[in-house]
Amino acid sequence: MIDPVFLAEAAVNGLLLGGVLALLALGLNLIFGVIDIVWIAYVDLVMICMYAVYFVVQVYGWPMWVGGLASVALGALLGIGVHVLIISPILGSAPVNQLLATGGLLFFLQSFATFLWSTDHRSVRLALPRLEILDMPISVARLIAFALSILAMLGLYLFLTRTYIGTAIRAVSQDREATALMGADPRRVYVVTSAVGGAMAGLAAALLILQYAVHPFFGAAFGPITFMICVLGGLGNMVGAFVASFILSEVIAVSGVIWSTEMGYVFAFVVFIVMIFVRPGGILARRG
Amino acid sequence: MLALTNVTAGYGAFTALWDVTLRVERGEAVAVVGPNGSGKTTLMRVISGLIAPRAGTLTFEGATLGGRPAYEIVGRGIAHVPEGRRIFPALSVADNLKMGAFLPAARKTFAESLARVFALFPALAERRPQRAGSLSGGEQQMLAIGRALMSRPRLILLDEPSMGLAPVMVLRLFDLIRRVREEGYTILVVEQNVRQVLKLVDRAYLLEVGRIKMEGRAAVLAEQDFIRKAYVGL
Repeated sequence: MIDPVFLAEAAVNGLLLGGVLALLALGLNLIFGVIDIVWIAYVDLVMICMYAVYFVVQVYGWPMWVGGLASVALGALLGIGVHVLIISPILGSAPVNQLLATGGLLFFLQSFATFLWSTDHRSVRLALPRLEILDMPISVARLIAFALSILAMLGLYLFLTRTYIGTAIRAVSQDREATALMGADPRRVYVVTSAVGGAMAGLAAALLILQYAVHPFFGAAFGPITFMICVLGGLGNMVGAFVASFILSEVIAVSGVIWSTEMGYVFAFVVFIVMIFVRPGGILARRG
Repeated sequence: MLALTNVTAGYGAFTALWDVTLRVERGEAVAVVGPNGSGKTTLMRVISGLIAPRAGTLTFEGATLGGRPAYEIVGRGIAHVPEGRRIFPALSVADNLKMGAFLPAARKTFAESLARVFALFPALAERRPQRAGSLSGGEQQMLAIGRALMSRPRLILLDEPSMGLAPVMVLRLFDLIRRVREEGYTILVVEQNVRQVLKLVDRAYLLEVGRIKMEGRAAVLAEQDFIRKAYVGL
């Protein structure tokens, strides 16, 4: 029998991981929900931003918050670049072409990173302490990552519901032409959406590098779980993705301590496959 | 106020409007009537910039419109209430109205515009937090008109406002459009419900297979044998 303290610790770690995963999934889901395109290379953009944080903080010695801001800004710029250069010219073409184009970007970014920076694992070494809460060691890095993720998602929620451009982002996914009749240029709304999605990737990068080393295939490690969350939550469904992040991160963390980390992922996939049969439209999909 | 001169427009190889000349004066209500597929919706779309004209000129308050995109034309003071209402179904009633005031100039007068819309359509005020898609057809049409008013237009294009509504709702809707008119808006309306619309407007054009076949005072047109037999059903 496993010590309940270990289980509780795993549950807390799962919760903390879920926050960052939710941030990733919401960024990807925002772009899918609005522009109807899955950015296969989304987590590879995160990887590029992680390298940016690594260079700013570890190599050039700037403080972490500078690295974080640089990463968010770079993410937003990459988001705009991907939309304008890759997505925009093929918006009207078959979905398979759009998948191939963003999939091609994935291989490009992986090779680009390998070519420039080799396959070495690099990490930012900040001396962040560990806290002892109720006999459980909790990493401060994870706490910070969780808190900032939740704050960022709250900010996204307020942006989408309170501002005019945020409302237009929700409107354009329902009726592009009617959005234009309101005076909002749909192309501009798409660019803003891509910038916001990219900025979220940049923030996730700054939070992930507090806990994980970056390498050119980082996207392969976190990409599949991010897509699973989006599908489990229902593609384009923001609340669903938020809930699904915590379900999967808890499954991974808890079954990780009971068996092993690898089994944690195995169970996450089992839960995913079962849920896809039970609720193919996502956990929060409307019935009927 | 609005003048179309020899406008030709269509989609791809298909030409839906041929050489249409039409004008609307400030404060007027004008109808375009005609059978299905006569080009009425295309006419509205070419005015609001959803499609570009192939030939001819469009001017509004002295400035040319032709070829400008829709998101710019609404800023000139023309609001288009499209066929089928085209509200944002998953947004709340309040957010639909907010989208209507998207333009910077309209944002400044948001509170005042909202009060005017709610005075015209009290049902919308009650349903503010509700999903727009859950409204009845008549309420959705009111929302679509209210949303257009939020942009502070001077000319309103109404495309088939009575489409899909129950007969009793059609009468109420025409009353509401009459009230919108009395507020001082200029209206260009496309309708299949010829009998009702001719009671509402000052002048009308008859559009058939993409060409203007007849034009004149609404009261005079309503008496034409040809129109009575074909569209009014008397």
